[in-house]
Amino acid sequence: MFELLGIPPQVLMGQLLIGLINGSFYAVLSLGLAVIFGLLNIINFAHGAQYMMGAFVSWMLLNYLGIGYWPALILAPLVVGAIGIVLERTMISRLYKLDHLYGLLLTFGLALIIQGLFRNYYGVSGLPYAIPPALQGGQNLGFMFLPNYRGWVIVASVIVCFGTWFMIEKTRLGSYLRAATENPELVGAFGINVPRMITLTYGFGVGLAAFAGVLAAPIYSVNPNMGADLIIVVFAVVVIGGMGSIMGAILTGFGLGIIEGLTRVFYPEGSAVVIFVIMAIVLMIKPEGLFGNTA
Amino acid sequence: MKRLAWTTVAATALAAATPALATDVKLGVLNDQSGVYADLSGQGSVVAARMAVEDFDAEAKGINVEIISADHQNKPDIASNIARQWYDQDNVDVILDVPTSSTALAVADVTAEFNKIFINSGAATSDLTRANCQPTTIHWTYDTAALANGTGKAVTEAGGDTWFFLTADYAFGHALERDTTAVVEANGGEVLGSVAHPFPGTDFSSFLLQAQASGAKVIGLANAGADTVNSIKQAAEFGIVQAGQKLAGLLLFINNVHSLGAETAQGLQMTTAFYWDQNDGTREFSERFQAEVGAPPSMVQAGVYAGTLHYLKAVEAVGSNDSEAIVAKMKEMETDDALFGKGYIRKDGRVIHDMYLMEVKAPDESTGEWDLLKQVSTISGEDAFLPMEDGGCAFALAE
Repeated sequence: MFELLGIPPQVLMGQLLIGLINGSFYAVLSLGLAVIFGLLNIINFAHGAQYMMGAFVSWMLLNYLGIGYWPALILAPLVVGAIGIVLERTMISRLYKLDHLYGLLLTFGLALIIQGLFRNYYGVSGLPYAIPPALQGGQNLGFMFLPNYRGWVIVASVIVCFGTWFMIEKTRLGSYLRAATENPELVGAFGINVPRMITLTYGFGVGLAAFAGVLAAPIYSVNPNMGADLIIVVFAVVVIGGMGSIMGAILTGFGLGIIEGLTRVFYPEGSAVVIFVIMAIVLMIKPEGLFGNTA
Repeated sequence: MKRLAWTTVAATALAAATPALATDVKLGVLNDQSGVYADLSGQGSVVAARMAVEDFDAEAKGINVEIISADHQNKPDIASNIARQWYDQDNVDVILDVPTSSTALAVADVTAEFNKIFINSGAATSDLTRANCQPTTIHWTYDTAALANGTGKAVTEAGGDTWFFLTADYAFGHALERDTTAVVEANGGEVLGSVAHPFPGTDFSSFLLQAQASGAKVIGLANAGADTVNSIKQAAEFGIVQAGQKLAGLLLFINNVHSLGAETAQGLQMTTAFYWDQNDGTREFSERFQAEVGAPPSMVQAGVYAGTLHYLKAVEAVGSNDSEAIVAKMKEMETDDALFGKGYIRKDGRVIHDMYLMEVKAPDESTGEWDLLKQVSTISGEDAFLPMEDGGCAFALAE
């Protein structure tokens, strides 16, 4: 058996797989950001808070209404997406004509308010949320023990990511969306309700964040700060992939998860910054991002 | 984003009932009000300080106390800036709490510079009374050496003689790893390795797999708060405990156990200086505290109460807010309160009191939401904390 820098292959395989699992979260979250930025030109800084709300809504569904994990996987994104739609209609839509910076500041402010409210009611210690019975336990893969739930996270993320990509790039609805970002007036002239489409797109992007939140609830502590820690990394992922590029967000999400996972073995102290180092390098060499094509 | 919450307590001038000797003191509670340590310190510590002022009946004794508080966001630069402003412009006499070791070390130095008083309850690093000791620092509640002598020793003696550490990569984590390593080795154990993880972290599975690959019998979690909660949850998920390795959560607070749930946490051992359900005194205090805060006090919040109480006793005895005289008085007087019982303060500033080794109850043993721990043993203060001679605190040893 070969050894790479003193790391046995079993450990390396395990770390690659774990990187892929973390990459799943990056991919789903950065996908939502990319969809919102690509079609609305809004840098949605509230994305982390909406991810956190996804986890909290599933906790509330379970503890207040007795609704379990599987329905929550659908219901929580719908609930949080609906809240997103209200925010878009009442506040964000007023900023489309202004510089990106205003949208960023508004959503950043919203994120702080939402996190503050949750912190006030639920504290920061985190709430327990059990793994659904059907996904408890795990498989022994020889080189590592893969919990069933983590396997499910990879599968669910891949389906959602490529489903979204397919919808936007390959369907008629997607073509309307892309056309509307290029030239909203012209698309409107064809009788398509562009503002409604944009509102629903924002709701969908927010729903993706909430979906990632539900996936995260059983394995990470459900607490009001869970999104704040993650959102900066996810922004870096989007920048590396190319702002607004759907496939770029997906592929860099998974790819950077793996790179981060490997850093945790070779130089653990650097694992918190490796993504930002890559971001700096990419910005210097290819400022539009790895998969970005718009200058 | 510096948030300052101003709370004024008992700031009213005294009536003619007290002679003209009234002393004004200003207490600053500096801690994490919004991050990972907010539940175990945060506003609860402010409430604890206020309860100490009320229980001492400061006003009737001619001491006007004002309490202010601020959020240091677990960042040493923010903490030392606030401390500097408090001492320099706001006439704060004493800073309380300050969890997060890196911020506590910064505040200890600023306090010495201004010759004020720092009564730490929240931070763990034993360096506060070792190499980085200051004559103006009093370290209440617990430290990394006491944690090592509690959980670390108990686990090693129970057969866990090979260790691998998951260490939070900042002053606290490294101090805890160092002190636990010393105890493990002194008890015939061996440390096989360690990995330093970023603070705060979210996903520990990668580090846990490295710990698993080391083959050590015990995985020592030299981290705290949400990091420890996530490490324990994920270790259960990855079947690490079932595969035969034992987890040692070296620093756990009651809030963490509550958050993990008795199902996941049962059987874990932890070292604590205080548990709400120990005796009538702790129960009476905790009931009042919980009515206001919504959760029973953590040992950190209990330490803020005890520290404030002892400080006020010294102020009364000295009759002024002269820092040097008050610190000398605090070290001279025996500490005595309903929460920690009797104890004393060493020259190096270390408060010596009993520590307790506790075990998390199984779900069917627990009779209430917060009925989470049972006591395994009592560790006397002399056994728990590092002897002053071994600590290397220069000014204390020179005297």
